[in-house]
Amino acid sequence: MVSQRLSGKNGVVRRVKGGIVYGLCLVAVVVGLFSLAVILFDAIQDGLPWFDLQFLTSLPSVLHPEQAGILAALWGSIWVVGLTALFSFPLGVGTAIYLEEYAPTNLLTSFIRLNIANLAGVPSIVYGILGLGLFVQALALGRSILAGALVMTLLILPIIIIASQEAVRSVPKAYREGAYALGATKWQVTRGVVLPQAFPGMLTGTILALSRAIGEAAPMIAIAALVFVRFIPTGPLDRFTVMPIQIYNWVNQPQAEFRGLAAAGILVLLIVLLGMNSIAIFIRNRYQKRAR
Amino acid sequence: MVNDVKIDVRNLNVWFGSNHVLKGIKIGFKPNAVTAVMGPSGCGKTTLIRAINRLNELIIGSRTTGEIYIDAENIYSKETSVFELRRRVGMVFQKPNPFPKSIYDNVAFGPKIHGLSDENELPITVERALREAALWDEVHDRLQDSALDLSGGQQQRLVIARALAVNPEIILMDEPCSALDPMATAKIEALMRKLAEKYTVIIVTHNMQQAARVSDYTMFMYLGEVVEYGITKSVFENPQSELTEKYITGEFG
Amino acid sequence: MQKSARTVMSKKRQHLREWLIERLLFASAIISVFTTLAILGVLLFEAVGFFQQVSIVEFFTDTRWTPLFVPQHFGILPLVWGTIMVTAIALVVAVPFGLGSAIFLSEYAPEGLRKAVKPVLEILAGVPTVVYGYFALTFVTPWLQNFFPQLNVFNALSAGLVMGVMIIPMVSSLSEDAMLAVPQSFREGAYALGARRHEVALRIVVPSAFSGIVASFILAISRAVGETMIVSMAAGSTARLTLNPFESIQTMTGYITQISLGEAAFGSLEYRTIFSVGLTLFLMVLVINLIGQWVAKRYWKRY
Repeated sequence: MVSQRLSGKNGVVRRVKGGIVYGLCLVAVVVGLFSLAVILFDAIQDGLPWFDLQFLTSLPSVLHPEQAGILAALWGSIWVVGLTALFSFPLGVGTAIYLEEYAPTNLLTSFIRLNIANLAGVPSIVYGILGLGLFVQALALGRSILAGALVMTLLILPIIIIASQEAVRSVPKAYREGAYALGATKWQVTRGVVLPQAFPGMLTGTILALSRAIGEAAPMIAIAALVFVRFIPTGPLDRFTVMPIQIYNWVNQPQAEFRGLAAAGILVLLIVLLGMNSIAIFIRNRYQKRAR
Repeated sequence: MVNDVKIDVRNLNVWFGSNHVLKGIKIGFKPNAVTAVMGPSGCGKTTLIRAINRLNELIIGSRTTGEIYIDAENIYSKETSVFELRRRVGMVFQKPNPFPKSIYDNVAFGPKIHGLSDENELPITVERALREAALWDEVHDRLQDSALDLSGGQQQRLVIARALAVNPEIILMDEPCSALDPMATAKIEALMRKLAEKYTVIIVTHNMQQAARVSDYTMFMYLGEVVEYGITKSVFENPQSELTEKYITGEFG
Repeated sequence: MQKSARTVMSKKRQHLREWLIERLLFASAIISVFTTLAILGVLLFEAVGFFQQVSIVEFFTDTRWTPLFVPQHFGILPLVWGTIMVTAIALVVAVPFGLGSAIFLSEYAPEGLRKAVKPVLEILAGVPTVVYGYFALTFVTPWLQNFFPQLNVFNALSAGLVMGVMIIPMVSSLSEDAMLAVPQSFREGAYALGARRHEVALRIVVPSAFSGIVASFILAISRAVGETMIVSMAAGSTARLTLNPFESIQTMTGYITQISLGEAAFGSLEYRTIFSVGLTLFLMVLVINLIGQWVAKRYWKRY
């Protein structure tokens, strides 16, 4: 172009710079994706040889790794996550409803909201310490499943609350106003109009929160401590272990076979997570279709 | 012919997806004058001026055929640098969009990326542009303030200064006063007439009184086609086309 | 007549029911406040017991941490330093790769690619940290030892690198959200001046989104500081002040894990170290989050 009469910056330099920037950003994304692939591939490669029915149905063993299995930890996880779901869902949903439908605008409400936001950022091991001091010791629940579930409940509560708040907020004002106009009370509106509409979103949020809970090791270590559990728990006051702790225990064993066991444990954990996340996404998609 | 027409649009067609927005536009814009582009909503006015600085290419699914010659060079040819084109053709948008930076940094942005001024010249360039946009007197003592602190009219003049700072030849304005109050509008209109002494100014406007006040030539569009073009006075007082007459008398907007 | 008596009664009952429900819901909302108070209460209660036996000065200035050996030293600096070192390495990975990914997804990638890639990156955030720890110990360390034979089997480098990968999606997602919130009119204005895509991205979008981007960094820092399993499995359990990332170190979180597994007797001094270290960790994360909020506010550009 005739523009060369102006002493502008060389177009080539700018073009090269643009190419470099694009290249670097592309590399960044590729590295992220590639790392994920490598991690998963590594776990699968190490764990697949050890992943069989015997692994799923046996108790762990220190002396005979070939006979060891993840049964105790699997049941422990099921117990803990099950109780956690029982406690956290109503509490989380209740808090969300209170904050979105009932709470007056005052200092206490702001404090509650601030609190929830802050709690979401507290490291999970601190929750474990809380559980140790409060549930295990002070409330004398011992290193039991119940203590573990209570801690896990507190840990994932902010996640459920925030997700449920989103779900409640997405219910159009028009629905509520229609119900009020018919003479409904606040609870009738909440229960009859808001909750049914928001329920799938709340459920999705809770399942995602629980899938996070099932992978948490740190707070459970603080509560359960004893890492070698060779029995299936039968009640909420029993001692327990969960899958992440079992994996951690196996990784720490010096013999090479335990690596494979740990990897197989990882596979089980990942499969459970995949299942839970798929359910959550399935619910979310069905709900979105209906809303349209 | 070359000195008579600055921008020569030849058989320009633009599609957005399957929507044929501009249909075979043939028009020539004269230099050192203000040309108003008018027409009802959806007639393609904005698309036309955005074709002149190839900003339509930012929209996914857009397709353009035809040629636009600026000074006998086809801006749609493969050899054309679109970035250099956009330096030569400045644009002012309907809603003022200064960057969330200081007034100084807004005006300095263009010269910086095009490497037009070195460290010493930059303040001079910025002052020149702000003076030309009739904004210097109001902001010279607070150049480091955020541009978003300015009023709507000042922001629009800042955007004009930003475009002037890179030495353009053409200035495109897409309904530049529609978001402004009457006093700010009057200032911008006065500025337009002054700018026409040095640049080729094309403005899209809905406001016929504005077109009558400000423009030397007027072009009327309807449903993606050019209906009429001529000296403003004669288009308004003696429209050749029935459509133009209907629009002028307000039969449709 | 019968009817109206019934209506009056059920209205009262209804009011009672409404009031009860509201109280119940309020009670569940209050649990969050209770949680915070409980955390502080538990930490402080046991920490006070700890500091009756160990002076605060010693805690913050002694450069040795050996509560399980004789002679016992209770200087937290090595643990804090271990945490800082691993976090710093993690940031060296997460910031460039996270921000680069965000810029790519927000400014370069077509919509279809972005929609496909973004959830895949999110999976990185969903992988349990034990998996990362396993990966760091059994894959990254041996692999790095090919290049650095002097690398200890437990070291800060592997843990830091893997932790960095884990928090990439945190930086990438939040930064991308911040960049997407920048109005398109700014980009158009820059393109209209003849800017190229990388100039629009780096000179207009990133500065405009700076507040959100920095907030993502701070969040990543606080996540890295609180992370437990990767460091427990891969970084080691030797609390030491060293500048060498090839050596085994111990973080605050790693120590808490170690002592928890040891089943120290309730009420003993060793048991109480859980709480004094926990309190330090909690306060550190709190301060980081507060700094993050302050920085975000300071750089926030309204538009």
